[in-house]
Amino acid sequence: MAPWFTRSRNIAHHVKRNMGSFLRPAPTLGDSSWSRSPACLGNSPALLWAGRLESTRAQKLVDSDSENDAHLRDDDQAIDFPGGRVMLTSEMQFIPGYPQQRVHCYRLMNNNGQTNMCSSFEQVSKEVAVKMYSDMITLQIMDTIFYEAQRQGRISFYLTSTGEEAINIASAAALSPDDIVMAQYREPGVLLWRGFTLQEFANQCFGSKADYGKGRQMPIHYGSKKYNYFTVSSPLGTQLPQAVGAAYSLKMDNKDACVVAYFGDGSTSEGDFHASLNFAAVMEAPVIFLCRNNGWAISTPTSEQFRSDGIVVKGPAYGIQSIRVDGNDALAVHNVVRAARQMAIHEQRPILVEALTYRVGHHSTSDDSTKYRPVDEVKHWEMGQNPVNRFRKWVERNGWWSEEDESQLRSSIRKQLLQAIQVAEKMEKPPLADLFSDVYDVPPSILFEQEQQLRETIKRHPQDYPSDVPV
Amino acid sequence: MAAIFQGIGAAAALPSTEKFHSQSRRFVSGSLFVVRSDGRPSLGSSPRSRGAQHLITNAVAAKADASATSTASKPGHELLLFEALREGLEEEMDRDPRVCVMGEDVGHYGGSYKVTKGLATKYGDLRVLDTPIAENSFTGMGIGAAMTGLRPIIEGMNMGFLLLAFNQISNNCGMLHYTSGGQFKIPVVIRGPGGVGRQLGAEHSQRLESYFQSIPGIQMVACSTPYNAKGLMKAAIRSENPVILFEHVLLYNLKERIPDEEYVLSLEEAEMVRPGEHVTILTYSRMRYHVMQAAKTLVNKGYDPEVIDIRSLKPFDLYTIGNSVKKTHRVLIVEECMRTGGIGASLTAAITENFIDYLDAPIVCLSSQDVPTPYAGTLEEWTVVQPAQIVTAVEQLCQ
Repeated sequence: MAPWFTRSRNIAHHVKRNMGSFLRPAPTLGDSSWSRSPACLGNSPALLWAGRLESTRAQKLVDSDSENDAHLRDDDQAIDFPGGRVMLTSEMQFIPGYPQQRVHCYRLMNNNGQTNMCSSFEQVSKEVAVKMYSDMITLQIMDTIFYEAQRQGRISFYLTSTGEEAINIASAAALSPDDIVMAQYREPGVLLWRGFTLQEFANQCFGSKADYGKGRQMPIHYGSKKYNYFTVSSPLGTQLPQAVGAAYSLKMDNKDACVVAYFGDGSTSEGDFHASLNFAAVMEAPVIFLCRNNGWAISTPTSEQFRSDGIVVKGPAYGIQSIRVDGNDALAVHNVVRAARQMAIHEQRPILVEALTYRVGHHSTSDDSTKYRPVDEVKHWEMGQNPVNRFRKWVERNGWWSEEDESQLRSSIRKQLLQAIQVAEKMEKPPLADLFSDVYDVPPSILFEQEQQLRETIKRHPQDYPSDVPV
Repeated sequence: MAAIFQGIGAAAALPSTEKFHSQSRRFVSGSLFVVRSDGRPSLGSSPRSRGAQHLITNAVAAKADASATSTASKPGHELLLFEALREGLEEEMDRDPRVCVMGEDVGHYGGSYKVTKGLATKYGDLRVLDTPIAENSFTGMGIGAAMTGLRPIIEGMNMGFLLLAFNQISNNCGMLHYTSGGQFKIPVVIRGPGGVGRQLGAEHSQRLESYFQSIPGIQMVACSTPYNAKGLMKAAIRSENPVILFEHVLLYNLKERIPDEEYVLSLEEAEMVRPGEHVTILTYSRMRYHVMQAAKTLVNKGYDPEVIDIRSLKPFDLYTIGNSVKKTHRVLIVEECMRTGGIGASLTAAITENFIDYLDAPIVCLSSQDVPTPYAGTLEEWTVVQPAQIVTAVEQLCQ
């Protein structure tokens, strides 16, 4: 029996590519009905002309007795190709791959924490500003102490966000709690802003019993359903199409919320990045794609990652509105994300935000960045362009923060953290049963058997089983 | 319950612009197979059976307004396998507004095998979503939507293309429920046609069940008749776990009479196709039909094979299989997978581990060779296990 008509990728796909989009009219902006007219061949006169060459057209022009004269004169200026009407030109011009002038970077606050008098932006309230600053400090201290803990062998791994505190906190501050966050791994600040406690961070890093992930993921792979922060997954870029899916779900439910997907410059090389931007644009999904362009993907600088003008220029390639912002400027990031959020939700469209910054720390505790980049480069960014210091100057200038507040906060956080680490370290690990639960909703018989076998083994050799892990 | 289905020959029901090759048919056109499926009640002892198998205990008691067919006296209604899939899909979409479909050409085109035909018109372009061509990404999209509360059905145009989605399926679909500590669940159904077709070439003749079987956290089922196609589709959609539903390219036009009443099958149960005494033949998907054809020959030769369609590829229904092995003491596995690392290989290991004491002979596994499926019709025929080989294998096994 012959198979059903297979959309064989070799042949039909090619045909579809040429005929597909003019069999249905392109959806117009704001067309919420999503309906498309049924496919009908031969509807568009463009079909007849699609393959014409310039030379044959020129020939036809000469032949003025041609029946198609009237039709030709119209097509002197433009042609209705599949995908829309395009203006014709006799000037051969290649669009440059790299612009003469790079896309400008939006910034509000200079290094001294002074804002431009001319720039207009919605003011951040004292409450929000102080919380932003406190959380940036907390993030800094958290990073320092957990990094040290890893070096002491108390946790297996850690990854700092040093230099990217503004992106983390300021973007989080511009979102609502209903907005779904799909992080890559350098965004614990977002979770911190939303209310994740230091103890909860410590629990995850130590894989203790109270970890919401039940000790199943390596450190910094946080996840919290309560705070709408989807569990971090190690492979790069996988969160991007998932973000589009989540946005699709929000769109179906007509929720006043959007999805924010964070990713680094390196992740933009992944196939998922491109497909996700494309999908989001086609589906008109409310996603904010927030790229932390920190210049390095472990040891690969951006010059070896892509040859375009950063990430911001990739948005228009997919039909997405994009903006470049100074990632070390907390006010600018906050403003941009807030505006992006409005657009994403009210206009139901994706937005691409490229936040330029610098990865001050090593990629992770498994990396020594001095091996591939000069120490003075790192120092320049750490000292000269520090986002936390910059924001502090602005907050202090407004009279909302003092030296006293600073030292008080720092020592308090430090104390809390050390306490949290102690508690997490001493806490029981998740029980053996958690090795087998949640693989499926209900363990199937084969897993049940495997659990029994393991338990028997432990009973027979109790000395080989760690004493601090409950059975 | 007895299911009657016709051998593949009903070309009239296929609306298509394609010309068919006139191929030598595996089945004699118009012949009828009466297949008895096991009439046992849902396993009370098995805590893992999801959804009882609904039975028609009284074949005569039909609803007064039974669907009007030419044979109006029989209960139920006749349809083709792809229509059964669609029926199951439609019923679930009616029942639960969170169910949605995404894939290439599933919208107004109706899917490359017409499983989603008419659904876009009924439920809208958003709920039956046409995606751009990026399998890893639309699978990822489905996973993200599932984590946010929807229940997507992701259609791969051909299962072979899901190799591109392996990252999302393995690293996220199977894992995120576990790694998030149970906070996020992923009730997706990934489905599509697979298996060796008619001269579709190597890339369109993949048997991905063998590649996916190791992924923790997913379930795999393979349908083979309109009855179990609809039941498994519904069960898969209702399951809280990610389920991969394997359909076969050549089985979409099978016709069968299925009940009018709603029914949901269990994802973890095997189907007793033909009870017997001499040998247990385990198979699934299209090979079921080759086995049944061989069974005819075997019966004429005096053998009494017990044929089980394992249906659940992960996890195996070792209860049904075990009972059968304990009865017959001989096992033959017939599959379309490659020899190395196929479902048959795993099944052989599982049976040997659990039931070695009940076996009178080593397990024989008939699979395809470890070669890419050739295009030439004659060569393709010989990479797939044929009824004649099954007959020979049973004869040897029963010596």
